[in-house]
Amino acid sequence: MKLRVMLIDDNRGRAALLQQALRDANYEVVAILHDDADIIKRVQETTVDVILIDLESPDRDTLEYLSTLNRESPKPIVMFAENDDSTIIQAAIKAGVSAYVVDGLSYKRLKPIMKVAIARFREYQAMRAELDKTRNQLAERKVIERAKGILMKQKGMDEASAYHALRKMAMDRNLRLAEVAESVITVTQLLE
Amino acid sequence: LEKTQLTLGFIPLTDCAPLVVAKEGGFFAQQGLAVTLSREPSWANIRDKVLFGQLDGAQMLASMPLATTLGINGIAKPTITAFNLDLNGNAITVSNALYQRLLAADPVAMQTHPVSAQALKKVIDADKAAGKECMTCMTFAVVFPVSTHNYALRYWMAAAGIHPDKDVRLVVVPPPKMVTQLQAGNIHGYCVGEPWNSQAVKLGIGQVLITNYEIWNNMPEKVLGVNQEWAESHPQTHQAMLRALLAACQWLDQPENRLTAAQWLAQPHYVGASLEVMKMSMLGTFQYHPDQQPQPFADFNVFHRYAANFPWRSQAAWFLSQMLRWGDIDTAIDIRAVAQQVYRPDLYRQAAAALGIASPQLDEKPEGIQATTWTLTAATQPITMGADQFLDGNSYDPQHLVDYLAGFTIHRRSVALADLKKANTN
Repeated sequence: MKLRVMLIDDNRGRAALLQQALRDANYEVVAILHDDADIIKRVQETTVDVILIDLESPDRDTLEYLSTLNRESPKPIVMFAENDDSTIIQAAIKAGVSAYVVDGLSYKRLKPIMKVAIARFREYQAMRAELDKTRNQLAERKVIERAKGILMKQKGMDEASAYHALRKMAMDRNLRLAEVAESVITVTQLLE
Repeated sequence: LEKTQLTLGFIPLTDCAPLVVAKEGGFFAQQGLAVTLSREPSWANIRDKVLFGQLDGAQMLASMPLATTLGINGIAKPTITAFNLDLNGNAITVSNALYQRLLAADPVAMQTHPVSAQALKKVIDADKAAGKECMTCMTFAVVFPVSTHNYALRYWMAAAGIHPDKDVRLVVVPPPKMVTQLQAGNIHGYCVGEPWNSQAVKLGIGQVLITNYEIWNNMPEKVLGVNQEWAESHPQTHQAMLRALLAACQWLDQPENRLTAAQWLAQPHYVGASLEVMKMSMLGTFQYHPDQQPQPFADFNVFHRYAANFPWRSQAAWFLSQMLRWGDIDTAIDIRAVAQQVYRPDLYRQAAAALGIASPQLDEKPEGIQATTWTLTAATQPITMGADQFLDGNSYDPQHLVDYLAGFTIHRRSVALADLKKANTN
């Protein structure tokens, strides 16, 4: 299946050139957005595999926001610049915006660069998902431990029954264990 | 000086004025600096270019050096500010259609100034009752995720019981595109700096509900942000830059100089808006509605008086409190330690002393206390300060940051208060 590309560029002439280059490289250009478009709606509603944007576009801020919103289904963003600016390339890649900068108008290099960008993006996403998971688990475990400690101290429970009490509260209220633990801690703080 | 040829970044907004005045008015040159001002298309560009040293420094949102230091939505790199460029200057504008709905929903609330979000709350509730999903039917825009505008707009909404993450949809739109997006109906309202509120009023497209001055009197807005590394390797250059900006701000704060400044700013390579629109907020007045006369509003944009250029660490901590409130920060940070690292009043005082300008001797001050101007005596000479009230009458005590955070019933906090308390024991 062809990769679907969304192109964001206020410069209409250049956008036309890029579109041709993308087609020649066997990509499907599903949308070209100029400065008057409802970029937010289009990005959210259009199914695309990769977004190609001018580094100098003011819409970068909008795209960055969208990528933080759609943590579950982020899209790789490839940035292109007229000048091959290696430090910005570094910045973009390290920022994990999945970004990569095409040096302006050498369209022949478009395909390998897009490929690398998408691969990097997937790697980064996998890494971040793993990191988020670990971090959440760790944080939740800490909260649960603390709530257990409170119950043990205040109600004279042993560790196992404190855990059972928390689990029962969670089940009764249809909440996650960590949420119940958090409310136990909050209530205790209020009473202190 | 370690370096005399500098490139500083700015965004086309009225409050890039201190940089433009320092250049056009010869204040940089007076300090031996040859400065190129680079107009940048996005805040992300500003952040990345300062981060990687393509810019020596830049106009930044007051919250940005904090966000960049913490690595929110990007790379973490220590960034500092020793200079606040201005206070206030933003407003919340809505489309004519939404304005009519607000008037109909709660005419009394709309006549009471400052205008609360109570009418908006009623409109949202009515939409919900009619089965409409407000997350898609009510869209407001800000200019950057971790922006002063974002936190002001959220504060205003939440004060009226609106949850900005559940009851409306918040999006990011670059400032120069706000007016066209509002006109196209893609967004229903926005919070932005000038001239993009006046532009909507001038064209008869939008109505201003409230300025950020009325949300938090004399709220810090833009700062001069530089890399910590850069500041450490260019201490003399940094001081020269601060002296030039201080002198420029002092000049800019004189009403008789504002017209000249507006003329410089209107040029296409700076803000690129018509002089007529630039004048609407630069000459001591502000116009809320297309069919209304401009209102006197001397403090709409403050560039120097009230110790406006001083980087209060307590105000940095306030921004951090809002980042925690809305889940932008997801770890239990030591709020004060971050504020101390990023906001550098020590460097400001050095520059002010060299020019014989009075500076505060404290790094922190409470907010939400003063209803009118007052005198700060803990200063090298007494300083007349501005009001500092919040629209909901709340007060902010930088000594009790976690309690302040705990007081917000509407929030999207992702760090447990208990963990924050532990990290903020000092």
